[in-house]
Amino acid sequence: MKLAYWMYAGPAHIGTLRIASSFKNVHAIMHAPLGDDYFNVMRSMLERERNFTPVTASIVDRNVLARGSQEKVVDNITRKDAEEHPDLIVLTPTCTSSILQEDLQNFVDRAQMDAKSDVLLADVNHYRVNELQAADRTLDQIVQYYIEKARKKGELPTTKTEKPSVNIIGISTLGFHNQHDCTELKRLMADLGIEVNVVMPEGASVHQLKNLPRAWFNLVPYRELGMMAARYLQAEFGIPYVDITPMGVVETARCIRKIQQVINAQGADVDYEDFINEQTLYVSQAAWFSRSIDCQNLTGKKAVVFGDNTHAAAMTKILAREMGIHVVWAGTYCKYDADWFREQVSEYCDEVLITDDHGQIGDAIARTEPSAIFGTQMERHVGKRLDIPCGVIAAPIHIQNFPIGYKPFMGYEGTNQIADLVYNSFTLGMEDHLLEIFGGHDTKEVITKGISADSDLTWNKEAQAELNKIPGFVRGKVKRNTEKFARDRNLAVITVEVMYAAKESVGA
Amino acid sequence: MTAVQPEALTFECETGNYHTFCPISCVAWLYQKIEDSFFLVIGTKTCGYFLQNAMGVMIFAEPRYAMAELEEGDISAQLNDYQELKRLCEQIKRDRNPSVIVWIGTCTTEIIKMDLEGLAPKLEAEIGIPIVVARANGLDYAFTQGEDTVLAAMASRCPDKAPVVEAEKNERNAIQKLLHFGKKKEEVVQEESEYVDHPPLVLFGSLPDPVVTQLTLELKKQGIKVSGWLPAKRFTELPTLEEGYYVSGVNPFLSRTATTLMRRRKCKLIGAPFPIGPDGTRAWIEKICSVLNINPQGLAEREAQIWESLEDYVKLIRGKSVFFMGDNLLEISLARFLVRCGMTVPEIGIPYMDKRYQAAELALLETTCQEMGVPLPKIVEKPDNYNQVQRIYELNPDLVITGMAHANPLEARGINTKWSVEFTFAQIHGFTNARDILELVTRPLRRNNSLKDLGWDKLVKEEAKI
Repeated sequence: MKLAYWMYAGPAHIGTLRIASSFKNVHAIMHAPLGDDYFNVMRSMLERERNFTPVTASIVDRNVLARGSQEKVVDNITRKDAEEHPDLIVLTPTCTSSILQEDLQNFVDRAQMDAKSDVLLADVNHYRVNELQAADRTLDQIVQYYIEKARKKGELPTTKTEKPSVNIIGISTLGFHNQHDCTELKRLMADLGIEVNVVMPEGASVHQLKNLPRAWFNLVPYRELGMMAARYLQAEFGIPYVDITPMGVVETARCIRKIQQVINAQGADVDYEDFINEQTLYVSQAAWFSRSIDCQNLTGKKAVVFGDNTHAAAMTKILAREMGIHVVWAGTYCKYDADWFREQVSEYCDEVLITDDHGQIGDAIARTEPSAIFGTQMERHVGKRLDIPCGVIAAPIHIQNFPIGYKPFMGYEGTNQIADLVYNSFTLGMEDHLLEIFGGHDTKEVITKGISADSDLTWNKEAQAELNKIPGFVRGKVKRNTEKFARDRNLAVITVEVMYAAKESVGA
Repeated sequence: MTAVQPEALTFECETGNYHTFCPISCVAWLYQKIEDSFFLVIGTKTCGYFLQNAMGVMIFAEPRYAMAELEEGDISAQLNDYQELKRLCEQIKRDRNPSVIVWIGTCTTEIIKMDLEGLAPKLEAEIGIPIVVARANGLDYAFTQGEDTVLAAMASRCPDKAPVVEAEKNERNAIQKLLHFGKKKEEVVQEESEYVDHPPLVLFGSLPDPVVTQLTLELKKQGIKVSGWLPAKRFTELPTLEEGYYVSGVNPFLSRTATTLMRRRKCKLIGAPFPIGPDGTRAWIEKICSVLNINPQGLAEREAQIWESLEDYVKLIRGKSVFFMGDNLLEISLARFLVRCGMTVPEIGIPYMDKRYQAAELALLETTCQEMGVPLPKIVEKPDNYNQVQRIYELNPDLVITGMAHANPLEARGINTKWSVEFTFAQIHGFTNARDILELVTRPLRRNNSLKDLGWDKLVKEEAKI
C-alpha cells in the first residue's frame, strides 16, 4: 500500500480508452463498476468534444460479483454493435476486472460470433502498466490485428507509395497539444514534399491500417506512444522509423536530417539543408530570439524541468542548448523508461530526477529555488505556493492546456510557441533588472506599511523626478529601499546622490 | 390535444448503463464539512485518478484526504492488510493529527474481501484515533449515496447519552453556540424559552454551514429547536442520539442513514419532502411541525414572498420542459420544484429510488403535478443513457439536466443542458436558496437566449446513418 495524493500517469484503462476513442468508429466497452466511466467526462470537458465519447461500461455490480458477468458483457458488445455499427469494439479491462479474473477473452470470442464489428480484448494489466504504456500497447495491438486480418484476406498492399510518404504515429485524444502538433507535422511534411500516408490513432479509420506498409517511413513524435507499433512495422515490413521529437530548433533540424537520410536510402533524392537553414534563420523566430538582447537576460538563470519523457527531455535541451539557461535538474515520471531519459538529458542538466512522487518534486523545487519551473499542472501549483513562475509543458493538464488557438510544441511554429512560453515564464527582463539593482526581490524588513505611505523623509525635486522615471511596478520597492538606506544613515533629505548610493550599497 | 393523465406515478427500471460519479467523490465535500477528519480511500489508481480529476483544483489545497493505493502485493495478499493500514494511518496521525480517520472502502476492497470493519476497531485501539468505515463503492452505490454510507457509519458514533449538565450541553452544540454568539448567559436562557417544549430533533445530511444556519433559524421561527446535526462541523461535536429522538433528513439520498437512525439508534424518522425549493421547504417545516404538535406560523406568507421574488426567473421557464437523465438522487425534489415553477417533466431518471424514504416527496410531486395540471412524469430507475439520448431526440425537451459526459455533445446538437453535478455543490436548500436553483436552471436558457440570433444551434454535421 502506498499513501498517494496525486499521480502523474493515469491507470492503464485510460490509455486504452485514449487509443480507442482516437480512432474513428471504434467503440470501447469497459468492464467496470459504476462511475469508472469518468474518462467520458474528461474527454467531453477537456477536449470540449462535440460528439459522444464512444465509451460505455458493462457495469460490474453486486450481481456480477456474486455470479459472474455471464451474458452481460456479450450482450453489451452485441447491443453496441447493433446500435452504433462500429468497425471495432475494444473490450477494456479495469482494475476491478483484473482481480475478478473472468475469462474476458471468452466473452470476446463469443461476442465476435454475433457481432458484425471486430471485437478485441485490450491486452493490458492494470497492476503492471500505466496509462502511457497501455496506450502504446493497445495501439500496437490494434495495428497488428488489422495487418494480420488484411494479410489473411490477401488485402495487404505490397507496393510503396510513388512519392516519399510517412505514417505519423502517436497522435491521440487527451494528449498534450496533440491536435496542434499534428497540424504542424503535416505542414512540415508538406514543406518537405512528403505525403502523409496515415495519421493514427487520432482520426484514423481501422480500414486505413492495412495501408500502413505503403509508407516509406514512420514518424513517432512522442516517446511514450507509438514506439511499439513502429517497431512492429519495422520488424514485419522493414519500415524504418524516425523517433527524434521535432521539438526545438536543433531537434527539429536533426529530425529532418534523419528523415532525409531515411528516404534517400530508399531512392529519394532530397536535400533539406537549405530548407532547414531558411526556416532556422529567417522563418522561425526562435533562433533569432536566442540571439536577441532579450534572451541575454536569461543567461545562466536557473530552471527546473519535469514532465513526461518527450516534453521534459525536449525542454531541457531547448533551455540549455538554445537559450543558455541553467537547468539545475530535469526529471521524468516515466520511471519505466528512465534510461532513455537519462541518456537524453544528462549532458544538459546538473542532475536527473526520476520519480512519480510529487512530494519529492516539490521538495526538490523548494531546495533549488529556480527562477522558473517547466512542469505539469502539479508543478504549476508548487510554483504558486513558492512564488515561482511555471510554464506547463506536459500532462497531467487542465482545461486551460487545451487552448483553442493554434499552439503546437513541435516543428518551427512550435519553436516560436516555446520561446514565448519560456520568455513569459521568467520575470520580464527590464523588471528583473530594476529589481536586481535595487536590491532584489526580497525586502527583508518592512519599514512602512503600504507603498506610498507618508514618511518623515523628504525627497528633493530631482530625486522625486528620478523616482518617477522608474516604472510604476517597481517604484514602490525602489522607494522603500532608498528610504531604508537613508534612515539607516540618518539622512533627512533624499537626493539623487542618495538614491545612487542606496543602489550601490544594496549591491555591496 | 389533451393527454389523458395517468392516475399515479409510473416507475420503470432500465439497464443501469448510465453515467454518474463514483460514490467515493463524497470525500470532496465531507472532508471540508467535517473539519477535523481525514478521509483515506483504500483503492487503486483508478479511484485516485477519478478523485484527482473530479476534484480539480481542490487537490492542490492540501486536502485532508489521500489514497491508500493498493499494489499487486496487496491484491494477492502477499502483504498484510493490517500492517499496511497501520503504517499509513500512523503516518496520517503524525502529519495531520485528525480526530477521526474515515476509511472509504472501494470496489477493490469489496472484491478481495478486505475486512475493513474488522480491522478498524483493532487499529483504532492501537493508534488511539477513531476509525469509521464506509463502503462507498461503485459496485453498490452512485455518487451522493457515498455520503449516505459515511453518515450511516457516523450515526453509530454519535453519543447516546446527553451530557448531564445542561449548560455544558449548550456549549457542546455548535449551532447553538453559533446562534448565541456574543450573547450573555441570561439572554441565552431567555432565548431557550422561545422554543416550544418538544422532544429533541436531530437533522441529518451534510450541508454548507450557512445553509445549516438558515434552516436552523427557519425552524426556530416555529419554536423548534434543532438539538444537533449529523454531521457536525467537527467529528468531536457529533450530536447526541437517544432512543425516541426525532430525526429528519434534508437530502433525498440518505436512506441508509435514515434506516440506521431508526433501527440502530431507535430514533423516530419524520418522513417529509425535502427542503428544496420554497414549496419543499414549507412542506418540510409543516411536516416537522405536525409531528411535534406545533401550529406553523406565517409559512404561507413566507412561501408566497419567495415565489414573488423568483418571478423574473420563473417566467423564463414556465411552460418549458425539462428532462432529468439522473445521476445524483436529487432528481425527484428538483423535478417537483420545477413543476411548481410551471415546467413539464417528461422523464425523471434516478440512480436509485427508495420509495419509503422518499414517500412524502413522491406524494408532493404527485399533488404538485395535479395542481399544476401537467402530466405525471415517468420515473426511470437505473436508466440507460443510450436509450435516454434517443428519447431526448424524440421529445426535444427545452432543457436536459445531465452529467458532463453528455452535456457538451447535447449542446452541440442544439439541446440546452445543465450540468447536474452543480446541484450537489450549490446551496439549494431552504427558502433563501430557491433563487440559486433557478439561477442554475435558467442559466443555459439565458445564455442561449443571448446567442439565439447567431444561427449557431447545431454544431455537428449530420452523419449518415447506416
